[in-house]
Amino acid sequence: MAIPKPSRRDFLKTSGHLLIGFNLLPLAYCQPKDEEGLGYSTYEGIPERPHLDKNLIDSWIRLDADGHVTVLTGKQELGQGIRTALLQIAAEELDVDIDRCHIINGDTGQTANEGYTAGSNSVEGSGKAIREAAATARNYMLSLASVNWDIDIESLEVKNGEILGPSGQKASYWELLDGKYLESKVDNKIAFKDAKNHQVIGNSILREDILNMVLGKTHFVHDLRLPGMLHARIVHPPSYSARLVSVDVESAISLQGVLKVIQDGSFLAVVAKREYQAIRAWEKLKELSTWESEKITVLPDQLFEDLKRKSQSPQTIEQNNSILSKINQSNKKHRASFFRPYHMHGSTGPSCALAKWEAGKLTVWSPTQGVYPLRNTLADLFDINEESIRCIGLPGSGCYGHNGADDVSAEAALIAKAFPNVPIRLQWMRENEHMWEPYGSAMRIELSAGMDAQGLITAWDTQIWSDTHSTRPRGDAGNYVSARHLENPFTFDKGGFSGGSYRNATPLYNISDKRLLLHNYDGPLRTSALRGLGAYGNIFALESFIDELSHLADQDPLNFRKNNLDDPRAIAVLDKLAKETGYHDRIKKSDTGYGLAFAKYKNSAAYLAVLAEVTVFKDKKSFHLKRLTAVIDAGLCINPDGLINQTEGGMIQSASWTLLEEVHYDENGILSKDWNSYPILRAMKTPEVKVHVINRPEEKPLGAGEAAQGPVAAAIANAVFDGTGTRVRDLPIKAEKIDW
Amino acid sequence: MPIKLKVNGTARSLEVESDEPLLYVLRDEFGLNGAKFGCGLQQCGTCMVLADGEAVPTCVQPCKNFEEMEIQTIEGLANGDNLHPIQESFYKEQAAQCGYCLNGMLIAGLALLKKNSNPDEEEVRSALDKVICRCGTHNRFIRAILKTAETNSKF
Ligand code: FES
Ligand code: FES
Repeated sequence: MAIPKPSRRDFLKTSGHLLIGFNLLPLAYCQPKDEEGLGYSTYEGIPERPHLDKNLIDSWIRLDADGHVTVLTGKQELGQGIRTALLQIAAEELDVDIDRCHIINGDTGQTANEGYTAGSNSVEGSGKAIREAAATARNYMLSLASVNWDIDIESLEVKNGEILGPSGQKASYWELLDGKYLESKVDNKIAFKDAKNHQVIGNSILREDILNMVLGKTHFVHDLRLPGMLHARIVHPPSYSARLVSVDVESAISLQGVLKVIQDGSFLAVVAKREYQAIRAWEKLKELSTWESEKITVLPDQLFEDLKRKSQSPQTIEQNNSILSKINQSNKKHRASFFRPYHMHGSTGPSCALAKWEAGKLTVWSPTQGVYPLRNTLADLFDINEESIRCIGLPGSGCYGHNGADDVSAEAALIAKAFPNVPIRLQWMRENEHMWEPYGSAMRIELSAGMDAQGLITAWDTQIWSDTHSTRPRGDAGNYVSARHLENPFTFDKGGFSGGSYRNATPLYNISDKRLLLHNYDGPLRTSALRGLGAYGNIFALESFIDELSHLADQDPLNFRKNNLDDPRAIAVLDKLAKETGYHDRIKKSDTGYGLAFAKYKNSAAYLAVLAEVTVFKDKKSFHLKRLTAVIDAGLCINPDGLINQTEGGMIQSASWTLLEEVHYDENGILSKDWNSYPILRAMKTPEVKVHVINRPEEKPLGAGEAAQGPVAAAIANAVFDGTGTRVRDLPIKAEKIDW
Repeated sequence: MPIKLKVNGTARSLEVESDEPLLYVLRDEFGLNGAKFGCGLQQCGTCMVLADGEAVPTCVQPCKNFEEMEIQTIEGLANGDNLHPIQESFYKEQAAQCGYCLNGMLIAGLALLKKNSNPDEEEVRSALDKVICRCGTHNRFIRAILKTAETNSKF
């Protein structure tokens, strides 16, 4: 196959904008020559202009002078294919070929402040804004033509950006606009194109960034190579509480290529000419430094008891004073406790960022999920105003939440301070990422419920014990680990606990009496947002428990769910799953277990039902997760293959968490330092996955990126129960926990 | 002593320390970004290249050990304006999410096909087992490699 010629979409991350540093220079200066060997080609589409106002069309959609369209979004590409999806939305509503469009992601110099790319919100948030702006832009262009030609707007048509009048009039958007910006306001009541006329939305448009990847072209922040760039590595303390007592800086400096060792309190980093020289010095510095630290007192075997003992008095999320007596008086009742350990994001590529200071102004090239929060927080760290900082978002290795991306960005900026005018590239080593990323919190979930004689659930009580699920930086430098290690440290204030702990804890099932209590816990490990936040643990518990209740009611688990549900879209995903998997005709074999689970993510986003199939090897006392089949309804589906890809990925990642993963630590700190001490699912053990989509073109698109995490965990637990008779309620579900 | 390396058909002689692992030489000296740093411990496979047709990690082994070998990186696979069949399958199957692991998956798959042009699924899985993919794209990589085999190309 001939290499497809890069269309404009290919320039999405390649425009000169990422190379020019802080100043918003005139276009002529923004064109790095490719001979400089930067690996990034340039796009002369539109001059940079700072973001002015979210309500302007031009903040989202720009019609470039030469017949192309620039889409701007504050959201980041995280491997979820958001760029392609957003381009499809823009192309559809504007009536232009997608090949005319390219996109610029989060850049505080240009794009709107859309906070963090998180919570499966991008299509619902940024997608909606772009859709409205594109539809308004189309209308605006039509009215220009209608005035110019003095004809009724209704009689005009658009074909690929060209407006056609009834008597042969013809003018393209670009001719009409004549190089001007679209300054008018977005009409957020504008009618969208009728779904039945969609040509771009609903197609599996190929992600062009994958073409770049297979060619080994520059794509990641890791690949950015700025002129004169130096390499840095950071030596994090060996444990959370460790303080640097002494370090032999001289010996490290004497190593070849080493330019500087930066020590500020317990912040220790090295800068060298070549990457490998920095790595060698990093190894040496680890040997040459001594640290003192306190022991961790809450050890893994006491964690789930400590969680219960030490948490604060509960926060009442849903009150019901008579819940316990209601459950007690029920025809059938049940209670159980579920446990999830700490889990890691475990990005394949350790976090990396570049930073450069010029005349007191800072530019950071970062894989962050939020360029504006990064800028705020860096302003706090350096005590300068936000206007002196530009944060440019570039793709990193998949992060699935708050991993090391923000920390590494702050550290790169701290190090670069010692080298004015020189770009510094800092990449974490594997152990930096494994030991210092904030983990998904351990949780304890206690459920009890009552049913009537027909197996209808009448009362449900949930109690959750959890540490916070978000410590993302939002303006306080203390959220950066390294800021806490400086000579003049920033203090970290966990600042309340996030709502993420009880995400999806309220059952979607029809239950008249419910109570939900949350016990916040300040645990031994650093925690923050990991894909799905508390929803993973909560749905694991809830949907395992539903399975238990269905057995108690002596009903098929799928029918039991349907009997207790009202929501027709929930029932539809279950029905489709039954049909696609032949669920009702399945033959019970002694070596096979099937398990089902369902959730509507956040009780407000995508619906997902999944069936897990495990093969049981009784003689070997082991089992294998053979297959996962899911049905997802994410409303209007923008790019079916994109949705399927992301859902498949979520399913496999969740299977990995569920079957294999827990962060190990002892009194001296984290023991899970690499892939041997923190194994994850690899190709041999990866289950087959199949995802079916229910497309609902008349509904709004719903966030889907985290929809699979919880249901997959419960489906596996339920399948293991079906196949072995053992109910495993503490993750991970390992063969040794099964009563063979 | 200068190190002599032959990368994607071009021989070059370089002044680097002989214990420097090949990965950094590829990235810093040759400007090749395809092979990636993932662990530096030979545990994840993101840094793999073909050395005399075998998929090998480059993050630990000194560049010196690769002298006299034919090194091929992902950048060297396309034939002029044409994608290599395995690149084409990866693209058409949309076998990537973040794509950080893609290099390792593709190189591991290609090394397998060079030895066994008609592998079954188990053999593909086993070849990819050394590469970490945190996004959970495994099945797409497996499919892309099986599809490549179906093209009956010479590898
Ligand atoms: S970076 Fe070489 S195997 Fe991980
Ligand atoms: S696609 Fe992201 S690590 Fe494999």
